[in-house]
Amino acid sequence: MKIVAAFAVAAVLAGVTSCSSTPDAGRNTTLKIVYQKTDAFTALDTVMQDAKKEFEAANSGVTVDLQPIQANDDDYGTKLALAQRSPDTAPDVFYEDTFKVRSDVDAGYLLKLDSYLGKWDDWANFSDAAKAAGRTDDGAIYAVPLGTDTRAIWYNKSVLQKAGIALPWQPKSWDDILVMARKVKAADPTVIPFTMYAGKGTGEGTVMQSFYELLYGTGSTLYDEDQRKWVVGSQGFTDSLAFLKTLYDEKLAVSPAEALDANVWKKVFGEWFPQGKLGATVEGSYAPSFWKKGGAYEWAGYEQDMAVAAFPTQKGQEPGSVSMSGGWTLAVGAGTKSPELSFQFLATALNKKNALAYDINNSQIAVRADVAADPGYLAANPFVKDVSGLVDVTHYRPATADYPRISTAVQVATESVITGRQSPQEAAADYDATVRKLVGEDKVLQR
Amino acid sequence: MKIRRLSRLLPVAPAILLLLVFLLAPVAWSFYASFTDAALTGKAAREPQWVGAENYVRMVTDDAFPTAVWLTVVFVAASAVLGQNLLGLLIALLMTRSRKSVSDWVGTAVVAAWVLPEIVAAFAAYAYFNRDGTLNQLLAVLGTHGLDWLYSFPLVAIILANTWRGTAFSMLVYRAALANVPRDVSEAALMDGARGWQRLAFITLPLIRNSIATNLMLITLQTLAVFTLIWVMTAGGPANASTTLPVLAYQEAFKFGDIGYGTAVASVLILLGMVFGAVYVWLLRERRA
Repeated sequence: MKIVAAFAVAAVLAGVTSCSSTPDAGRNTTLKIVYQKTDAFTALDTVMQDAKKEFEAANSGVTVDLQPIQANDDDYGTKLALAQRSPDTAPDVFYEDTFKVRSDVDAGYLLKLDSYLGKWDDWANFSDAAKAAGRTDDGAIYAVPLGTDTRAIWYNKSVLQKAGIALPWQPKSWDDILVMARKVKAADPTVIPFTMYAGKGTGEGTVMQSFYELLYGTGSTLYDEDQRKWVVGSQGFTDSLAFLKTLYDEKLAVSPAEALDANVWKKVFGEWFPQGKLGATVEGSYAPSFWKKGGAYEWAGYEQDMAVAAFPTQKGQEPGSVSMSGGWTLAVGAGTKSPELSFQFLATALNKKNALAYDINNSQIAVRADVAADPGYLAANPFVKDVSGLVDVTHYRPATADYPRISTAVQVATESVITGRQSPQEAAADYDATVRKLVGEDKVLQR
Repeated sequence: MKIRRLSRLLPVAPAILLLLVFLLAPVAWSFYASFTDAALTGKAAREPQWVGAENYVRMVTDDAFPTAVWLTVVFVAASAVLGQNLLGLLIALLMTRSRKSVSDWVGTAVVAAWVLPEIVAAFAAYAYFNRDGTLNQLLAVLGTHGLDWLYSFPLVAIILANTWRGTAFSMLVYRAALANVPRDVSEAALMDGARGWQRLAFITLPLIRNSIATNLMLITLQTLAVFTLIWVMTAGGPANASTTLPVLAYQEAFKFGDIGYGTAVASVLILLGMVFGAVYVWLLRERRA
């Protein structure tokens, strides 16, 4: 009997505490902000700390509860999705990958922002592409981007110079890359001439900073946006795998064992480039954020030693080069009890001052016109102009709910090829079969 | 009278309640979810649909699943049933004959691996088998080049790591069991001219039969559930070469957000554990003459 009474008391108490978090017009409200923070990525944390101070000063009675999640991109996405499943744990404002916006809108996690954006003067400063990043098929906007990025070949000038390669180096086709890599290997066999990510270890890095540059440069594509179907059986897919096979078979890239290590990118930025052990690789426009002062792998010489080249198309066909873009946004939780305040916080975190600081510290490509024109932004590192120009030839991932699984199927295909388990033809056939199984025959386009 | 009997249950009621809430409820939910298309994102996250046995049908056609079952069975058989069990028995037997100082040292060394939290033990094993790890550095001193163990022999590496980590438990169980074997039975056998191995096979082992079965059951169930060790050392790779059922369930549910399929894999794992458990319970039952 006593136990029943005790439980009744506990239940009442629990009820009381949950009642106390109901909205009361800005007074004593707490906003929960969830975002990613790692040892190599603190730029957003800095911005959030600043935004918290600014916002709390302007709105007395409101507490901003910052809850950074220390995890890599994949695990961050999982943790965020798990938190969003229950209204008790769902954040008010959070950091969201652009390619997850659509599926998370389908899941009912994101608040429609159109009515708030209409009243926000700064919104006019965002580029059209940036506005589209948070838009879904119904035309409504659910997320506001912090910045964007492009991908290019980063190469170490002194390594290429030692191999007698004329600088600045700009390959016109895949063959030009192989020619350079073979020369570098001949000059110094201990150097990794040209590596590209492959396998499941590096996750989205494998596709964004490697495979898609190849695939989209063959004239093929992963997903036909007009017909909304996944492309299978394309020659471009097999050719792209074959190029990776050549790199790994001729030992122009890292060893397969190293490639499958999830931490290989840390070696790329932290050891191999600074120590002159790596000729070139494909990486994001954010690369300088690791090397600059205060970055995870400070390297004073990067401005002199490193250079950027656009990734060429397969045979030099139009438009000559190719890039991939992604980027992250801020969004408001659909179940937030204070939508107005949450949006105000989002607007504070993305105002000109904070967006400028973030884009500079994290080497992002600005999405606000006023930030892009700021002298501080243009002077942030010597490569801003090179990587911003690639916006003209860039591609975006298909932001569908199926995408993460398709992406993994691509990663599996690259892993099978570089480990020699399958030929490019076999791996491509397996990929096709997997895609058919995942999305169904009616959403597949045979090339 | 009835009230008195019920009141005896009172002290265990909180424990039973906690078990129901935190153990049985998640298991029941997981079993239910395995018949839905529950997901982390997309439409199915908002309103999961009942899909019947679809997830289980997919399992049969999915290449990754049979591989994972096979790897799980090999992992459990090699690291628990053979590795931990036999090694634990051997060490315990040797300790009964060795000097106290020796048996103390050996006991401490073996138990040390067991005392470590799983995540620490996993990192230690990773550091040992890693390309630039302790094992390869030792081999370098001997003048040979090591391999990339976690890449070339991922299953062997995790089996050795799990054996290293878990042997202490079996050793402790068998030491306690051997201490209870009456000396006079052994001595009587000696007088009758039984050799060492005969005494072991026909006297000692039958006498500790119950301990063997209990130990096997516990370490089998423990090893079936090993996740941290594998996740830290190989994350199931390369190319799924060390993806056991717990790793597969985690990948499906949390990496691909397919909670329905992930919980289906987890349900099979529970079933597998129950089968092993039933077999050992059957072995344990008293034989009637």
